[in-house]
Amino acid sequence: MASQTQVSGAEPARASWINDPKFRGIFFQLVVAAAIIAFVWWIVGNTTENLRRANIASGFGFLNGRSGFDLSQSLIAYSSNSTFGRALVVGLLNTMLVAVTGIITATIVGFIVGIGRLSKNWLIARICTVYVEVFRNIPPLLVIFFWYLGVLSVLPGPRDSVDLPLGSYLNNRGLFLPRVIWDQAAWVIPVSIAAAIIAIVAIGIWARRRQAATGRIFPMFRVGLAIFIGLPVITYFLAGSPATVELPELSTFNIRGGWTIRPEFLSLYLALSFYTASFIAEIVRAGVLGVSKGQSEAAYSLGLSPRRTLRLVVVPQALRIIIPPLTSQYLNLTKNSSLAIAVGYADLVAIGQTTMNQTGQAIEVVAIWMVVYLGLSLLTSGFMNWYNAKMALVER
Amino acid sequence: MNKLLVGILGGAVMALGVSAASAQTLNDVKSAGSVKCGVHTGLAGFAAPNDAGEWAGFDADFCRAVAAAVFGDGEAVTFVPTNATERFTALQSGEIDLLSRNTTWTLSRDTTLGLTFAGVNYYDGQGFMINSTALPDINSALQLSGAAVCVQSGTTTELNLADYFAANNMEYNPVVFQGFEETNAAYEAGRCDAYTTDASGLYALRLTLANPDEHVVLPEIISKEPLGPAVRQGDDQWFNVVKWSLYAMIQAEELGVTQDNLEEMLNSENPEIRRILGQEDDSTIGEGLGLENDWVVNIIREVGNYGEVFDRNIGAGSPLAIARGLNALWTDGGLQYAMPIR
Repeated sequence: MASQTQVSGAEPARASWINDPKFRGIFFQLVVAAAIIAFVWWIVGNTTENLRRANIASGFGFLNGRSGFDLSQSLIAYSSNSTFGRALVVGLLNTMLVAVTGIITATIVGFIVGIGRLSKNWLIARICTVYVEVFRNIPPLLVIFFWYLGVLSVLPGPRDSVDLPLGSYLNNRGLFLPRVIWDQAAWVIPVSIAAAIIAIVAIGIWARRRQAATGRIFPMFRVGLAIFIGLPVITYFLAGSPATVELPELSTFNIRGGWTIRPEFLSLYLALSFYTASFIAEIVRAGVLGVSKGQSEAAYSLGLSPRRTLRLVVVPQALRIIIPPLTSQYLNLTKNSSLAIAVGYADLVAIGQTTMNQTGQAIEVVAIWMVVYLGLSLLTSGFMNWYNAKMALVER
Repeated sequence: MNKLLVGILGGAVMALGVSAASAQTLNDVKSAGSVKCGVHTGLAGFAAPNDAGEWAGFDADFCRAVAAAVFGDGEAVTFVPTNATERFTALQSGEIDLLSRNTTWTLSRDTTLGLTFAGVNYYDGQGFMINSTALPDINSALQLSGAAVCVQSGTTTELNLADYFAANNMEYNPVVFQGFEETNAAYEAGRCDAYTTDASGLYALRLTLANPDEHVVLPEIISKEPLGPAVRQGDDQWFNVVKWSLYAMIQAEELGVTQDNLEEMLNSENPEIRRILGQEDDSTIGEGLGLENDWVVNIIREVGNYGEVFDRNIGAGSPLAIARGLNALWTDGGLQYAMPIR
């Protein structure tokens, strides 16, 4: 009885230290930490010992060795005299290229299809539904094969290329586009684009202030677009057209000159974009449906047009629902880009495998892959978290 | 940071390595009851499943020869198909005991991959194949500047290709795949103008194309590709078993011992034949290797001598019809030469 009184009182019973929850907590955490350290220690020792015993070279010194192989696509200068390290950087850039272009396209297509599924037009809504259901339910690897083997491989050879407008060609070696070669005076173009952006931002601030003060609405989108396109175009002609166009031409084997987009990149890019877009479409649809109907009704009753209701009331609220799942789709797309290996696109995994095979340094190359994909994923989710925080409901 | 990662990954990669790295391969093979042999995923004439679903070919028969030497049974082989990039890891990790897969012997492979080549069973060189209907004017590899070339990644072929085009100031556009099948499919679909690999591989591949007559192998051989079986480093006993199995096959051809005349040869008066077939009194021909004294007899009975294996799979008696060339016996002006078995 006496003990019960003590327990219910303000002072807890002074039990043995074995039963002290605080002590127990610390004790078990220490045990787990020690076990993990011992496990890692054992693994490192075991690996080092086995590598040494099997006479397998280890360490990252191989990155400075001459690679000896060529790559089909590179964003930076690369030849077979470059190092393995540079080859891996080329692979990383190729991975990022397909990931970034894929994310942009998937987002645009996904938003269009997602909104399309909500359309009151029966045909548009059904087409969008079929698109989503088809692409969402096929493994991404098959989508890549579909584009590579089903669409791009069956195109005619270089001699029977499909002629496209503006001197472009399409054949089973890729898409050949004219390339613009800028003269020295072309520096004015980027400058004019920068000037256009600054002007648009300035006009935007002015328009918002004017609207706050007088309530008059400025047609910002149209004016902005006109400045963004018009200023660089006018500058281009004022500077005396400082650019020439190199057209692709047929040579012995292939089409030369111009700007080539290889079928390996094209199939991977298209597959990843259209596959991921089907998921983004569903996320967008869920986001828009997640905004209660009362919100748009309230906006209409205030006299806002349907378009302005969508832009000012529905989309900002829908974005809060859309962004978090969108982040994981972006991460998925980046990671799925490693399927490049199936069609021979020189991404980080493909070049890593070649490096692994030429040097035999499997553990090091796998470590590099893991660190790089982890880094890319953390960067993407870091950016998306920042954007999400910016978009979150500002509570007053 | 690096050490930690190496450790974590190492745990996964080398978990099997504890037993694999031990120098007891022969005992492990004997207790497992079969030789785990890494072969090509499907290269006609070298290693490919036949109509009956059995692995057949020059490299597959070498696996059988080693199994015959160890067990007296050429079928005591577990075939493990490996692609170009995973073959060395499979050997390092102990997944296979023997790699018999058109693998070129190079310095860096010998010194950094933890493996040892047990000899050369095929002297090869790298060549190019083109579709002569699509490219009728091309009759030399030196005319290939600007071509798209299909090549399998992780091979010495890929490196020789880069060196050859650089040395001749020619440009090319590599189209690189991991798998043999993907590379072939890309070539057949017209993704590339030329296909490059070892000449033996080109002849084998050509047979599997839809219209073999449309494709020609260009005359240039741009590299030396000595192909041979490889084993893990650090196990001299197993290394000896594999190495001498190959020499026994070559020596048997030199002595004229074949699958057909084996029974007669067992009663031969020729002391050299009696010695290698273990017919001498108190023969110790298998002792040093940890094998029975009739190990050579078993090899010949199960697969035949080097010449028979060559003819049956890739030589005159096969659709590939590759000439012996460098692979003739040294007595016929070739390079195949066995160390004396005594």
